Amino acid sequence: MESSVTTPQLQPLIYDIGSPGRLGVNLPECDVPKVELPAALMREELPLPEVGEVQVVRHFVKLSKLNYSIDQGIYPLGSCTMKYNPKINEDAARLPGFAQLHPLTDESGSQGALFLMHELQKWLGEISGFPAVSLTPAAGAQGEFAGILMIRQYHIDRGEGQRDLILVPNSAHGTNPATVTMAGMDVLELPSNDQGNVDMDALHAACEGELRDRIAGMMITVPSTLGLFESTILEVIATVHEAGGLMYMDGANMNALMAAVKPGALGFDVMHYNLHKTFSTPHGGGGPGSGAVGVNEKLAPYLPGPIVEIVEGGDPRHAEADVGATYQVARHAQGNGGRHTMSPLHQPPEEDAATEPPLYGFVMPEKSIGRLKAFHGNFGMHLRAYAYIRVYGDSGIRDVTRYAVLNANYLRAKLMATYTVPYPRYCGHEFVLEGHFADAEDVHALDISKRLMDYGFHPPTNYFPLIVPEALLIEPTETETKAELDEFVAAMESIAEEARRVPELLRLAPHTAPVRRLDEVRAAKDLVLCCAPALPRQYAGD
Amino acid sequence: MGDWKTPAELRYAETDEWFAADGDVVTIGITDYAQDQLNDIVYVEFRDAGDAVDAGDSFGEVESVKAASELYSAVAGEIIEVNSALEDSPETVNADPFGAGWMVKIRTRDLAPLAGLMDAAAYDAYCDSR
Repeated sequence: MESSVTTPQLQPLIYDIGSPGRLGVNLPECDVPKVELPAALMREELPLPEVGEVQVVRHFVKLSKLNYSIDQGIYPLGSCTMKYNPKINEDAARLPGFAQLHPLTDESGSQGALFLMHELQKWLGEISGFPAVSLTPAAGAQGEFAGILMIRQYHIDRGEGQRDLILVPNSAHGTNPATVTMAGMDVLELPSNDQGNVDMDALHAACEGELRDRIAGMMITVPSTLGLFESTILEVIATVHEAGGLMYMDGANMNALMAAVKPGALGFDVMHYNLHKTFSTPHGGGGPGSGAVGVNEKLAPYLPGPIVEIVEGGDPRHAEADVGATYQVARHAQGNGGRHTMSPLHQPPEEDAATEPPLYGFVMPEKSIGRLKAFHGNFGMHLRAYAYIRVYGDSGIRDVTRYAVLNANYLRAKLMATYTVPYPRYCGHEFVLEGHFADAEDVHALDISKRLMDYGFHPPTNYFPLIVPEALLIEPTETETKAELDEFVAAMESIAEEARRVPELLRLAPHTAPVRRLDEVRAAKDLVLCCAPALPRQYAGD
Repeated sequence: MGDWKTPAELRYAETDEWFAADGDVVTIGITDYAQDQLNDIVYVEFRDAGDAVDAGDSFGEVESVKAASELYSAVAGEIIEVNSALEDSPETVNADPFGAGWMVKIRTRDLAPLAGLMDAAAYDAYCDSR
């Protein structure tokens, strides 16, 4: 197959395209007195690009073409939920009232932002079935850390500080055991059965054996990292609760559950949300994460703070009126190419001279595990997640989940004819293939992924979960149309044929990317760390 | 399937380590099947010579371009030697897992746990079933 994709060329550095004296801007006359800088701070060699405006623009546009982003096409990186990020989120985040709000502004001057955070706490609570939410964790792993610290403190306060074991299935995200270790507890790994579910015999043995009194809880991802809903989840939860442990849900895969299943109603005690995945705030180099945590009444006093609460009465109708206005969007991404009709983000309740809006304030929960992040978490992400939920509304959020699950099952069903699907049952928002063929022994999952780049697609997640040989974890998300999915299927089928006919094509791929196959061994072994030289001592630290 | 080597004289753990006893000293490494599954190994780290390990304890870890894995000892005792040459050339584990790719030597007072491990035929069957 000859690809129609043209190969973008690597670009010279901006320093190498200028010429001495060329300027991008003409600076105005200096209107303050000139002062000589200390001689020790002056540098002879200080490379600055000397380029005109058009060169700068072309340079960065060319560089941007070397990248691949969700704005270009499907990005089926399993477990990462690389959905399209609606541009209205960015509009909201750039509203000057939010963008220019200083984090040290006192509460009376930031009621709008506090209102928004309070609403987001409530909505996340509603979506997950938890009565209390903290937005402060900076990303998913910090949300996990918060959750496990809360579980630990809960046991200590009940005089059961000996509970130091967290059960983790072997299909878990690597962050789960890492979190347990960071929190000073120990991991007890549980095997999966041939259905991809937690092995119930092993769970019962752990919860009813000699370790029973040491069990602090369990961390589990639902759907699992195999993309499968734990069909025995209620028994799992009951078994761990029976042993005195608490249940933590890793919310990384919440895109398969929204408005369909409430983790709180299943019996979970705590979960984290990845606002940057499920609620479309840009991630993967495009922005910071946000790992809000939701808890039930047992753990609410331990939430990391500060959280936003109504600190002084006011008329609740002010908030209610605003929440009640549902902003329905042109149904859904699928079918209309991801376009949204915009509704106003903020529609204040009708002014009523007789009533005052409530006063929002920051509160530290009674037995809080403390602060995890400066100020109030990644507020810009809260804002985007708020805009996302607001735009979709409750029925739109349900459609997000339905289409995410439908798209994944469509791809799975289509690809089952060509690839081995180790767990051939309905999946959630993602599924695993085995990226190898009995009659093409030298071809591995990595080769298939690299070859996909030649077809113009971002590769899926490779070699995860670890329990599937040559795993390719594929998550199309709800924002892809059937046409886009069909193109992806066609590419995967074509690659499977090439694997048998011309395996070299795969093993040497990519052929059309700006750089060819990278030497992963060398990249992992020969680290080159470069740091700018430190300032002379007399100027450091002042 | 089954094109990996499994020397008949060794004992094998479900976590893919091999064990060779010589008197009271047990040499440990990872199997050919394990190195093949891991793909290119880029990093190894072992506990120090002189450290005591219990049966079932981790004695180090191995990292490849695909995954990082703990290494477990089936026997209790004292680590008397580690193969520090692997730190600079971890790819030796891929090239010669049962020879130059050995990892640690442990002096033990109790060789009994080795009897509970798999022999070569059982390990081959175990790998085939995975």
